[in-house]
Amino acid sequence: MKPSRLVPLIIVLTLVAAACGGTSSTTTTEGSSGTAGSMGPVDLLGAGASFPAPIYQEWIGAYQSVEPSVSINYQSIGSGGGVEQFIGQQTDFGASDAFLKDDEIAAAQTARGCDPIHIPTVFGAVAVAYNVEGLDSLILSGPTLADIFLGTITNWNDPAIAALNPDVTMPDEDIIVAHRSDGSGTTSIFTTYLSSVSDAWKNGPGAGKQVEWPAPNSVGGEKNDGVTAQIQQNPGAVGYIELSYAMENNIPVAKMINDDGNAIEPTLESTAAAADGITIPDDLRFNILNVGGEGYPIAGATWLLSWTCGYDQDMADALKAWITWDLQNGDDLARELLYSPLPDSLQEKALAKVDLINSEG
Amino acid sequence: MAVAGDLSGRRRGRLSADTTFRLILGLAGASVLLILAAMLISTTIQAWPVFQHEGWSFVTSSVWDPGTSRAEITGEYGALAFIVGTLTTSVIALVIAVPLAVGVALYITQAASRRVAAPLTYTIEMLAAVPSVVFGLWGLLFFVPTVLRPIMNLVVGTLGSFIPFLGGPIVTYNYFAAGVVLAFMVLPIIMAVTREVMANTPEAEISAAYGLGATRWEMMRHVVLPRARPGIIGATMLGLGRALGETIAVAMLIGGSQQIPSSLFRGGQSMAGIIAVTFQEAAPENVKALIGVGVLLFVITVIVNMAARLIVWMTGGHVAKEQNL
Repeated sequence: MKPSRLVPLIIVLTLVAAACGGTSSTTTTEGSSGTAGSMGPVDLLGAGASFPAPIYQEWIGAYQSVEPSVSINYQSIGSGGGVEQFIGQQTDFGASDAFLKDDEIAAAQTARGCDPIHIPTVFGAVAVAYNVEGLDSLILSGPTLADIFLGTITNWNDPAIAALNPDVTMPDEDIIVAHRSDGSGTTSIFTTYLSSVSDAWKNGPGAGKQVEWPAPNSVGGEKNDGVTAQIQQNPGAVGYIELSYAMENNIPVAKMINDDGNAIEPTLESTAAAADGITIPDDLRFNILNVGGEGYPIAGATWLLSWTCGYDQDMADALKAWITWDLQNGDDLARELLYSPLPDSLQEKALAKVDLINSEG
Repeated sequence: MAVAGDLSGRRRGRLSADTTFRLILGLAGASVLLILAAMLISTTIQAWPVFQHEGWSFVTSSVWDPGTSRAEITGEYGALAFIVGTLTTSVIALVIAVPLAVGVALYITQAASRRVAAPLTYTIEMLAAVPSVVFGLWGLLFFVPTVLRPIMNLVVGTLGSFIPFLGGPIVTYNYFAAGVVLAFMVLPIIMAVTREVMANTPEAEISAAYGLGATRWEMMRHVVLPRARPGIIGATMLGLGRALGETIAVAMLIGGSQQIPSSLFRGGQSMAGIIAVTFQEAAPENVKALIGVGVLLFVITVIVNMAARLIVWMTGGHVAKEQNL
């Protein structure tokens, strides 16, 4: 079979690309026999978040035909590792599902002598998926969801859930709470949301990539696949997963009541609507909270990280060109993979940040 | 005399070669100790800030709430839930695997015809060659939901009503699920060693037992089993060592919750599991704590191994004495 014979080849090519990226990323690659294209050959090495890895790989692949002389290697090692390698100057760009915290920015400034730049790329929605036999429609509010995950609501026939779903008979069944067992940007988005709607959650487990899960009937799964499996295998389970996993696996998801009191189903449109309605600070470090209108309330952005200084001009030009291409031409690819592209207002702000790459030389 | 002289002369001629050889062997031996010491020391140094911050609560608390700082320790790191997870799943694995392994070994060495014994041995030992991630996947997708889940339902419905640690509600992936699959993984090791020990039972003693009118069962009970006991204990400890350190399969099946569950049918996490699962997204202080868990796992493994040697030595002595009398 052809595909199976291709796999080792791809692995080898990736390794070769990785080796090239690792060595030549710190040195200028000028004057070598150039392939066609407007720039000299440039290798870019990036690493970080696994959530946007599929779309980054897709963008990199598509950009190859636009600018064959630029080869980009993105390693999906997780946001934590991505930030560490970015601050440690081991990569040309980083990627993270969580924006850099103040102490990380301070460490970055000390390490490189200039500012790191946050460039949001796509949004993702976190769906509340459930597995209750005979239940194919469910509406939850933020506080109710927090109580379920706190373990204060333990049965599906709880009056708080029943009140939100007057047309449905809720079964007498124990709730099993499924969560990520690994550290994850998805968990960060979900717990940031819960903290914003429930004081008990904010003062208890709080927000983060990894928190204490207080519900007694809780179970963890590794990555989105693991949580998806936990939800599918446990009758009565409810858990949070990236929207694309819920859609691919055909798991029913809850409609969430947003700030305007509308029950919104998670879709690409409602995620985009959520991202459109929020106020965004100048450094583009933001959480998507207090979503109203037609927006789905549990959503988050993912960022590429770059620097205002320290690149060779060739490399800076290549990086800027690639990210600009992604933001301007990558929307359809993103939607195909169930990521929500940036709304126009934010895209402009993101492109303005791209211009800052290497602006201090 | 002349021969003896020749020999001693040749021995003297090889003296330097012998010394060199001994030196190389000594270095090889020492390198193992050096690597071990280097690992223990460097990991302990890296984890030290966490040990200092937590004190004994690192092993007595079950609150694991990682912080995100780069320099200080801001989170809470209590690894008790993971220690309990590792020990409980390992014990479940041994409780299932040891009787099974001893039974299979007895059958292969004493009861089965050669035509059955050889393929059976080969098949079980093949289990050892299956990568643990495959065991994990198999458990995750097939064995636990379709085979174990009905058994768990049955147990919770019957015994669960009065034995607290067997109560519901069931979470499909849990301590018990991880323990059972772990049992399959340690089975070949325990079986192989036990079979070897039993195969070495002296023919004369077996014949003597039969000569005294023993049935086949009495012969196994009074000749094979007592002789094999130290070997079985040693094999068990070998299996325990494997079970304690098993990472991926357990992490996939133990239910990934950071709690100490009140029932075997709920989720938890193991020491190796928490390291493997959370390392990637861990902030620097969290990494230190995970390295600390690694040190702890190392210490527990050493304690278990020492206990094992002690048990083997004591029971081995006991058997020898009994046989002398």
